Amino acid sequence: MTASDTASRYPQGSAAFPHANLLGIAGLQPWEILFVLDEAEQWVAMNRQASKHDDRLAGLTLINAFFENSTRTLLSFEIAGKRLGADVVNMHAAQSSVKKGETLIDTAVTLNAMRADAIVIRHASSGAVQLIADKVDCPVLNAGDGSHEHPTQALLDALTIRRRKGDISGLRITICGDVLHSRVARSNMICLGTLGAEVRVAGPPALLPPGLDALNVTGYTDFDAALDGADVVMMLRLQNERMAGPFIPSPREYAYLYGLDERRLSLAAPDALVMHPGPMNRGVEISSTIADDPKRSAIVEQVEMGVAVRMACLDILTRRSRGMEGWA
Amino acid sequence: MSLIITGSHVLHPGAADPAAQTLYIADGRFVEDAPQGAQTFDGKGLIAAPGIVDLGVFATDKPAFHFGGITRAALMPDRTPPLDDPGAVRSATRSGKPDFWVHPLGAATKGLAGSELAELALMKDAGARGVATGRGWIADSGVMLRVMGYAAALDLPLFVHSEDGGLTGHAVATGGETATRLGLPQAPAMAEALSIARDLMLAEESGAHVHFRQVTTARGFDLIRDAKARGLRISCGITPAHLFLSDIAVTGFRTFARLSPPLRAEEDRLACIAAVADGTVDVISSGHDPRGPEDKRLPFADAAPGMAGAETLLAMALGLVRDGHVSMGRLFELLSGNPARILGVEAGRIAPGCEADLILIAPDAPWQVDSSRMAAQAGNTPFDGLPVQGRVRHLIKGGVVIK
Repeated sequence: MTASDTASRYPQGSAAFPHANLLGIAGLQPWEILFVLDEAEQWVAMNRQASKHDDRLAGLTLINAFFENSTRTLLSFEIAGKRLGADVVNMHAAQSSVKKGETLIDTAVTLNAMRADAIVIRHASSGAVQLIADKVDCPVLNAGDGSHEHPTQALLDALTIRRRKGDISGLRITICGDVLHSRVARSNMICLGTLGAEVRVAGPPALLPPGLDALNVTGYTDFDAALDGADVVMMLRLQNERMAGPFIPSPREYAYLYGLDERRLSLAAPDALVMHPGPMNRGVEISSTIADDPKRSAIVEQVEMGVAVRMACLDILTRRSRGMEGWA
Repeated sequence: MSLIITGSHVLHPGAADPAAQTLYIADGRFVEDAPQGAQTFDGKGLIAAPGIVDLGVFATDKPAFHFGGITRAALMPDRTPPLDDPGAVRSATRSGKPDFWVHPLGAATKGLAGSELAELALMKDAGARGVATGRGWIADSGVMLRVMGYAAALDLPLFVHSEDGGLTGHAVATGGETATRLGLPQAPAMAEALSIARDLMLAEESGAHVHFRQVTTARGFDLIRDAKARGLRISCGITPAHLFLSDIAVTGFRTFARLSPPLRAEEDRLACIAAVADGTVDVISSGHDPRGPEDKRLPFADAAPGMAGAETLLAMALGLVRDGHVSMGRLFELLSGNPARILGVEAGRIAPGCEADLILIAPDAPWQVDSSRMAAQAGNTPFDGLPVQGRVRHLIKGGVVIK
């Protein structure tokens, strides 16, 4: 996509993304989402070259404060920051002073005093990232808060879909799994709906939240019905702690009802794209033959797009502090 | 000390409107005739009403109560340690005197754990005016039936919290669009009706007077209405939060709006207003539970539930009069008369022989709720920033002018 194609989609300068933080997809306008996706394209290209370096964040400090364990998202943000030249510091708060009783607000004030230029936060509690953002001066990026939102995941998924399918508007997209507890599902429902897709979600009745109609999403307990003619099938990870117990009886019963296998995928559109935010439970929510087929599965590509999208977000959100023209 | 209060319009609970009347107070009580050597107190332009009796508060917070025109409160047993023994109850009865009276509610079960019965008779002897399940639900129906049996035999009202614990679990929000958008642990609103249905059965079986402290849903009120029509000896209450706010107020993870039971959907809120208007609701109380930043400046699900409600109770409740849902007289049945009757105390009305707990109100005086400038121990009000009307100008407790 060239600059001339996209110039008319959104306003110029900071009006294209007039937000201090990225706390969620909720509240973003469609053109703001498209702006981030368009900006990410250049980083996809750069990341495929031998030399992957840009200096625009040189001298800036990026703190990745992860109050909940993560490998992939943390690594992705770390690589994104480094490829843009930032000094990246990772704080594994799950094993730090937070354990000693320091409140989240105190931690936020401490991070702020260290003069971070951007802070990426993951926390197990919905709304925790907003609470911190209210207390710090620099941009805050939500890397997942409880069951609330995981906006960069939704953006990287949207970028992946757009690159494979062209326009997202009008696509039939089925999201399957633990929708009730999933921040990935929440951000994706809002993001893909905002971009004009027809969003369906499928899962066990105990794991579908109420009020889906208000989000313009159709809920299905019958996965087969939800797959009918789907252009994209997005599988959610079943968390280990919910594998057996009050929500689902067992992994094998879950796989029987909601596992994506060849038969089920044949119900979707012939060229349906399969996605998963990772890490996968092979044989539970998705079969290996589907996950490993590069023609149908975009799972590896999602990881690649994740770095590019996070680079775009870091670049956009620091433009004001870097004094970029039109962003002051 | 003797007092003659002149110039005010006196509001008797149950009467439609206040009427001009001179009040006489001697030896702490209202009297028929002008006492000798009395001091005259000018109540010109104000409405004289019985002091508010606040049914079910979580702290003895005198500055907030006095600001709000509250002269007595029934204290919930949810203390550290819980009010589950006669000594703790006795000391609670003294905790507000002389200028504020606390009527403790004894814990229904030891440690409020819902399993072993507390010493209800000894606590009554120590001054408990009722028994309460506390913030929680007694899951074991057998225990609940036995608690009710004792309460009935001792003629103590039983204050219950109405949420089925199995359905609510760790939920912090009512099931619906708002909780789904915010990704908050949620429980279906019918968890309330489910627990009310059980407790109504048990009340019928035991003959206990059960007071459903906060009813907040349409289905809950349907059950209460039906049970009252069948002649059950039950009563129910609500706080202004559930009358004036819906679950949309938690948007932005506002922990001041984190309450128990949680704020409900708009349809339920409208049903609450209707239940006040049609007489189903007996009591409006503050639910006063001041919580500082260490309890509230946290991620929503980690924050403690509760609101500082004492200061806003009267002003918010007067809104029901202004909106035409109730008369002034009916409002003071809800705020003073009925709560005093449920507790069995000689208060809540202005009549010779009654304790002279009196407030003088400027019902239209405008002010703005400001969480940073509250009389309460903490400013956790869900009404922060709201312009309201109605202010207590003077408060007399037991014939003594407090403010």
